[in-house]
Amino acid sequence: MPTPANAIEVTGLRKAYGDKTVLAGIDLRVPTGTIFSLLGPNGAGKTTAVNIMSTLLRPDAGEIRIAGHDPASDPDAVRAAIGLTGQFSAVDNYLTGAENLALMADLNHLDRREGRRRIADLLARFELTEAAAKPATTYSGGMKRRLDLAMTLVGNPRVVFLDEPTTGLDPRSRRTMWDSIRGLVASGVTIFLTTQYLEEADQLADRVALLDHGRIIAEGTPAELKRLIPGGHIRLRFAGPAELESAAGVFGTSTRDDDALTLQVPSDGGVRSLREVLDRLDGAAVEIAELTVHTPDLDDVFLTLTGRPDTAATLEGASNR
Amino acid sequence: MSTTAYALRDSTTMLRRYLLRARRYPMIMFLIGIPVVMLLLFVYVFGGTLGDGIAAGGGRAAYANYVTPGILLLAIASAPQLTAIGVAQDMTEGIIARFRTMAIFRPSVLTGHVLGNLVQLVVALAVVVGVAVAVGFRPNATPVEWVAAAGLLTLVSFACVWFGVACGLTARTVESASNLPMPLILLPFLGSGFVPTDSMPDAVGWVAEYQPFTPVMETVRGLLLGTGIGNSAWLAVAWSVAITVGCFYWARARYNRDGVR
Ligand SMILES: Nc1ncnc2c1ncn2[C@@H]1O[C@H](COP(=O)(O)OP(=O)(O)OP(=O)(O)O)[C@@H](O)[C@H]1O
Ligand SMILES: [Mg+2]
Repeated sequence: MPTPANAIEVTGLRKAYGDKTVLAGIDLRVPTGTIFSLLGPNGAGKTTAVNIMSTLLRPDAGEIRIAGHDPASDPDAVRAAIGLTGQFSAVDNYLTGAENLALMADLNHLDRREGRRRIADLLARFELTEAAAKPATTYSGGMKRRLDLAMTLVGNPRVVFLDEPTTGLDPRSRRTMWDSIRGLVASGVTIFLTTQYLEEADQLADRVALLDHGRIIAEGTPAELKRLIPGGHIRLRFAGPAELESAAGVFGTSTRDDDALTLQVPSDGGVRSLREVLDRLDGAAVEIAELTVHTPDLDDVFLTLTGRPDTAATLEGASNR
Repeated sequence: MSTTAYALRDSTTMLRRYLLRARRYPMIMFLIGIPVVMLLLFVYVFGGTLGDGIAAGGGRAAYANYVTPGILLLAIASAPQLTAIGVAQDMTEGIIARFRTMAIFRPSVLTGHVLGNLVQLVVALAVVVGVAVAVGFRPNATPVEWVAAAGLLTLVSFACVWFGVACGLTARTVESASNLPMPLILLPFLGSGFVPTDSMPDAVGWVAEYQPFTPVMETVRGLLLGTGIGNSAWLAVAWSVAITVGCFYWARARYNRDGVR
């Protein structure tokens, strides 16, 4: 069948567990051959959305088309078109890397020669050739994640779902994973990626949607979303109210907190603006007790869009797997 | 597109996966070890006395013959625990989500476990029979009777493996999966496996008389040693089929539940 313009089309998707609403009617449209990122804190409903689109869960309501197929009426057609790398490791720990890939080749009904070729290709591409004959139990977190993604790709899926592919990885492994994901899209695959990291969405995605308590609260290109975020700031704390008072006089636009004896001065977090702030304080002969630089992050996005901070996003972000 | 066309191919693939895992972690040692230890214990420690109760002056030789069918059923009764653990491991790990999102014959995950466990159990039973012969088990069966006994034991094994699959799908954790089928191990003891049921107190004797393993043990004993079978054979087959069908539907209902654990 011809490739549909949108690899993923979701309208009015709803899902509740008992009286707890997890997805309160979301709409998504992902053009074929692009990367779409669903960004949200713990418990936002990201995995639930991915599970529904990948035929693992039945929605309560909503129209869904994945690669043109309806998961409700033709789940096997959807399954034939997709690949899922779930939030939790989906490798068989008792098998070696090569055996895991061979299992996928068999389940994708590839013929022997084709299967072997793809396995060798994927092992090389994900830098697993050396570890191919070792059981997956002996793999590091990053290797296991790479094997996980390699297994997903054996069947040549046209739409790939990646549920928090880099949570728990160190910065280097994260970058390797990003490169692999970019490589995939270059070959025409559509990618639906969930993440808790604003930076990840920024690095990879053509479009980003922000999911919060089961609702999409913003959607757009990373640049569009960043325009919604307030700039960063420098936070100054003073020894007493007198210092605070004189510092507030120095800076025109600032937010002051008399109880905490702090002043927040807008800044992009760069060295130049930092020096300027310090120079101006020096000029007015004001002593500071403490200085912190704050660059915008996911917290700021949620704070701006929902009017309340979502500390869970940054605090629990790294301890997920 | 239909995935049913791939039923055989996918089930074979899953069986191969099971056997690969089994080769690395040979749980079969557990299936052979426990019955063999029990066999040696019962024949060499209790056999002299118990054998005299089976046939006057029969002693150890008579008891080796009497207890072997019970030991075989003990091996079969311990299998569902392994099956349940294996299935529960799959269900509680991420890999099941992968299998469920692939265009494969959906039940192949389960058929792989069933076939793998069955193969493993049949091999274990053959080994246990060999050990039994070495310690004095002297069957007088014709080839046809051997085939019939093997067929019945396989049928019962099949039923018990399905029971293990259902337990594995029902349990929420691997630990509870390993506990759920445990009581089954008592059945050979609370039956005609180790001593005749008419020697038991009324209540226990009643349980022993009407539980599924007793007719199986009586039939196997009859086929291999020429004792009376009566209607045990039909009862044994009926029980096996009923358990298989019941556990199959139980497992299917659990497996197709709407939701990922
Ligand atoms: N089977 C279930 N039964 C009841 N509630 C559930 C179930 N699965 C998920 N939930 C709830 O639904 C909400 C969304 O869960 P989901 O796993 O989709 O979030 P998430 O965005 O993927 O979070 P995380 O970043 O932690 O992975 C959570 O509050 C969770 O507790
Ligand atoms: Mg999740």
